[in-house]
Amino acid sequence: MFQLLDPGEFDAAFDFEGRTISAFEGENLAAALLRAGVRAFRQTPRSGAARGPYCMMGVCFECLVTVDGEPNRQACLETVRSGMIVEAQAGSAEIIQ
Amino acid sequence: MNASFDVAIIGAGPAGMAAAIEARKHGLSCVVFDEAARPGGQIYRDVAQRPAQDRLSILGPDYYAGLELVEAFQRCGAEHRPQTLVWCVSEGEIYWRSREQSGLTLARRIIAAAGAMERPFPVRGWTLPGVMTAGALQILLKSASLVEDDMIFIGGGPLLYLVAAQYCRSGFRPRLILETTPRRNLIPALAHLPRALLAPHYLIKGLGMLRELRAAGVPVVRGVEEIEIEGDDAARGVRWRVGERWRREDAERVALHHGLAPNVNLAMALRCEHFWDNRQRCWRPRLDGWGRSSQSWLWIAGDEAGIAGAISARLSGVLTAIDVAHDLGMIGEDERNAMSAPVRSALAQERAVRPFLEALYRPAECFVAPEADDIILCRCEEVTRGEIAQAVSEGAMGPNQVKGFLRCGMGPCQGRLCGHTITEVMSSLSGRSQEDVGYFRQRMPIKPVTVGQIAGASVLVGANAR
Repeated sequence: MFQLLDPGEFDAAFDFEGRTISAFEGENLAAALLRAGVRAFRQTPRSGAARGPYCMMGVCFECLVTVDGEPNRQACLETVRSGMIVEAQAGSAEIIQ
Repeated sequence: MNASFDVAIIGAGPAGMAAAIEARKHGLSCVVFDEAARPGGQIYRDVAQRPAQDRLSILGPDYYAGLELVEAFQRCGAEHRPQTLVWCVSEGEIYWRSREQSGLTLARRIIAAAGAMERPFPVRGWTLPGVMTAGALQILLKSASLVEDDMIFIGGGPLLYLVAAQYCRSGFRPRLILETTPRRNLIPALAHLPRALLAPHYLIKGLGMLRELRAAGVPVVRGVEEIEIEGDDAARGVRWRVGERWRREDAERVALHHGLAPNVNLAMALRCEHFWDNRQRCWRPRLDGWGRSSQSWLWIAGDEAGIAGAISARLSGVLTAIDVAHDLGMIGEDERNAMSAPVRSALAQERAVRPFLEALYRPAECFVAPEADDIILCRCEEVTRGEIAQAVSEGAMGPNQVKGFLRCGMGPCQGRLCGHTITEVMSSLSGRSQEDVGYFRQRMPIKPVTVGQIAGASVLVGANAR
């Protein structure tokens, strides 16, 4: 489990797969999920294998999640906004109507 | 938000920020696009924020040297567009998307400073959750103050030791370092040592880090020739081989690193000439002495031009901006040459250490071009080394045929995490040089984008035309 070096007061919370996750407003979304013990952020389209953040800098696209209904968001480039709904991305995203 | 500028810069790391500051000194209007929420790039990521603010003892003075640069950048009058992805570039035009909108910005000249990425490290199990890069760990430390107990570091090179040392300073001593750098590298490296002594601070810093790791009692296993990360849905253990002997440790978190490579997608998609740098084991854009690429309207600065580190990146950003100012008629040739002379001599001194480091930490053949058929090379499309070998034996001539046969390099990362590997593997399979094998033919858009976002930018094309 990733741990916080200097615990502060969480001032935000968001939803991941039905779980409420405490976080700091404006912090990195991938970091908040890793701290909460989330390991698999998505399943691959081809084999369904679990994947999690690899590069943390927007290059590898392993941390794709759905944010407030919008698929294919890179969690490592996304910031936490209190109340956001985040879902793991299973395979390819649905084409939104 | 303005729609048109003298200079557009892609990337707000040391090269991009320094180029913006210099461009503003010459009175040029300037916009800087960056994917991150805050300026600094990866090397100075979040340096101006807490929690990073009070981490001097862990992250060290080299990181905090970026604070002054970030502050100067924020004051220089360049327009900064954070969390904005550039997905298409052509002469005079930058197409971008942010969370809220997509658009088109016009620019007379463009400086690309997209930086580096960690060289792909394809080993068995490298796609499992729990396996990250050493750079990723450092980003978590810098921007979120996150550390992990019991970390196993695998690979070699300055960044790996730095992050391991920063973990020690945080009170989270790594469990183990598995060193994959070939021992025989030392001999060719020694030939470059005299020149490296022109930049002694790097050598002193490097030796200091290694001493620090020794003093902290981090076990180091040298001469590792094979790595295997075990697990089904996440990392559970690591096996490694030294000589004939295999060993194993439980491991839920593994950090891989064996050097950096330029992030070449943009310049490749623009058909800028590239060459294979055999010392750095990567593709680099061919540039003139000012950083101008084979596309006359595009300059490339910083690690995107070739790996040389943060200080060199800053200096090369200054150099490119001086040349752009000259190209746009703000300064004459003599003035340009006089201004750039001290920058050039500082750059030469900074780069003096590179040949030594490149030779010393040149990654081993067996890790850049693995020989086990079941290792995944293309993470996005889950293409294995065996499938590549099969395609080559069926007559695939280069990376583009492999792409057509197997969708290798066609996932969302667009070949960034397999491009260098495919060049290396196809070279080792066919006996042709890496230069001869070539790279994927990249095309715009260089970042995934929706049809709606393309349409959103096109609306502006009409508006600008009026």
